[in-house]
Amino acid sequence: MHSEKVQAQAQLQVQVLELSYAQAINAALERSLRELPETILYGEDIGEAGGIFGVTRNLKQQFGDRVFDTPISETAMLGTAVGAAITGLRPIVEIMWIDFTLVAMDQIVNQAANIRYVSAGRLRAPLTIRTQQGFLPGSCAQHSQNLEALYTHVPGLRVGLAATAQDAYSMTLAAVHCDDPTLIIENRGLYHGEKQNVKVAGEIEPIGGAVVMRPGADVTILSWSAMLFQALQAAQQLEQQGISAEVINARWLNPFDWDTLMRSVGKTGRLVIAHEAVQTGGFGAEVAARVGKEMFGRLRAPVERVATQDCRIPAAPQLQQVLIPDAQRIAASVRALVDGSR
Amino acid sequence: MGKDWTVAEQPVLTQYLEAMIRIRLFEEKVTELRKQQIIVGSVHLCIGQEAIYVGARAALTGEDRVFATYRGHGWALACGVPPAAAFAELLGRETGVCKGRGGSAQFSAADWGFYGENSIVGAGAAIALGAALSAKMEGKRRVVVTAFGEGAMNQGAVHEAMNFAAYQDLPLIFICENNSYSELTPTAKMVRRNEMYQRAHGYGIPGTRVDGNDPETVRRTVSGFAEAARQGQGPALVEAMTQRLVGHYYGDMQSYRPKGEITEAKKVEPIVRARQALLQTGMDSAELDRIEAEVRSEIEAAAQLALEAPLADPSHVMEHLYA
Repeated sequence: MHSEKVQAQAQLQVQVLELSYAQAINAALERSLRELPETILYGEDIGEAGGIFGVTRNLKQQFGDRVFDTPISETAMLGTAVGAAITGLRPIVEIMWIDFTLVAMDQIVNQAANIRYVSAGRLRAPLTIRTQQGFLPGSCAQHSQNLEALYTHVPGLRVGLAATAQDAYSMTLAAVHCDDPTLIIENRGLYHGEKQNVKVAGEIEPIGGAVVMRPGADVTILSWSAMLFQALQAAQQLEQQGISAEVINARWLNPFDWDTLMRSVGKTGRLVIAHEAVQTGGFGAEVAARVGKEMFGRLRAPVERVATQDCRIPAAPQLQQVLIPDAQRIAASVRALVDGSR
Repeated sequence: MGKDWTVAEQPVLTQYLEAMIRIRLFEEKVTELRKQQIIVGSVHLCIGQEAIYVGARAALTGEDRVFATYRGHGWALACGVPPAAAFAELLGRETGVCKGRGGSAQFSAADWGFYGENSIVGAGAAIALGAALSAKMEGKRRVVVTAFGEGAMNQGAVHEAMNFAAYQDLPLIFICENNSYSELTPTAKMVRRNEMYQRAHGYGIPGTRVDGNDPETVRRTVSGFAEAARQGQGPALVEAMTQRLVGHYYGDMQSYRPKGEITEAKKVEPIVRARQALLQTGMDSAELDRIEAEVRSEIEAAAQLALEAPLADPSHVMEHLYA
């Protein structure tokens, strides 16, 4: 008994490893499969091949039949996840590109999101959908959309977007342990970036919770996923120009950490939301509406959004570039906002 | 199709008849309550198709699981869901199997192995894959049944599901309730080839067409495939031929149906045939009337119980959205 206890504690002891974003997800998946016998992991090319981005490398070899390749059948894959989840398994499905979730949106929106509610809690669907999105130079119109707002519009789902390698590790684990259908939207531009220190093992955090990446006094910049790094760069540039920007990594859009955001905006009186998704109907619109209402008397300037222009996404890099915000554009918006409301 | 009637033993046939009458009278009571606007919204009745549910369920064990469609009241009752709890669901009562959140077209009752109706044509087949995968991984020899109309045979989800079940050798029986109408349109006009069971062969799984108005034939066929599935031989498709004696939904005028079609169908519908078969075994018609009267009072009492139950509480409307 005593030795078991010691062992359990040892397992929870935090270790710090140098991992890329993709390796951090792999570590979270490995831990899930090792610790939770009810988990299964599947998707297109994720088994033998280790995934087209290498995120699931070696997991098939380690866990055998619990990790498997599927036909190119997103509806069957996600239907399987729903049916497996309501009958006691804890499936983790990889949908190779978020654009492909549209092929099987029925299973996410009409099925997974409804299960718990429509059955009055008698069924539950603890499933995780891992997918990835974002622009990279040359990515075509059907492999570059940022679709998080589609899924935040659906009650019953949870939606998270990991930006750092630590997010990738912790949020993947949180999603797997969550008893509701959860989408983890990764960004393939981040997969193989520089290795970062990632705390592994340790306790599983619950879903939700934003992180203040950088404190500041004049303006709050809210961002998520890859755009967060443009926001951080913008904040650096702004600092040299005498503007102190607080940068928040939203991490989870559902549940969204309103407390952290309101506290920050209460302090700075200004908010700029930067996201890679197109502007109209983006999650930034929801944030702007809520902050506009709750902080009406305390805002020193209108809430500003910096987003991709409302356009289809062209393949040619120089065409893409003019549509998508970057650090310069974020910094310019912030500067205009602050200068106009001093 | 009458000549294909399989004569089951009298006691078994009596059980089938009683179970089919229970579904029929439930649906008739639902019709009455819908007409009175006590039940509101879309209602899809299964009158005429009862033999499929009763026959298939007789081939399954209590461990097995069923996924049906929006025309699912019959499947629910065949699985053993108490009529009062089903009525209560349709009536938006606190005592409904889903506390009024599912309604006529989307309720489930997993405690009875009934994993629900689905209002998206063909979607249940994809979900049933997961239940079958669970069964396979547990190694408990459980089988899963997914039922849908022949209209769903033109949905991508069903094709994906058949291939997926086949490549994984899942213990899953696809039951196609072929009533010849895809909602309001004759299915024969929507396909070049009308033999749905043959599509199974394209996926490398067995498929067969049976008389869906004969519960014993359905039972025997499903039982054979279920046994094979329990042994790890994978899925199969059963195309059960039947006829809908009512519209696609309550209020459907059915102007698209040829004159006399329903009159003819009523001569070979499952309850009429079961009664005839039982009379041929020497059973007294008074005994059959007694069975029907008993079920009728059971259904009336169940409806009454549901009507007296409290309405689902609007102050709890946000409950059950998240864990």
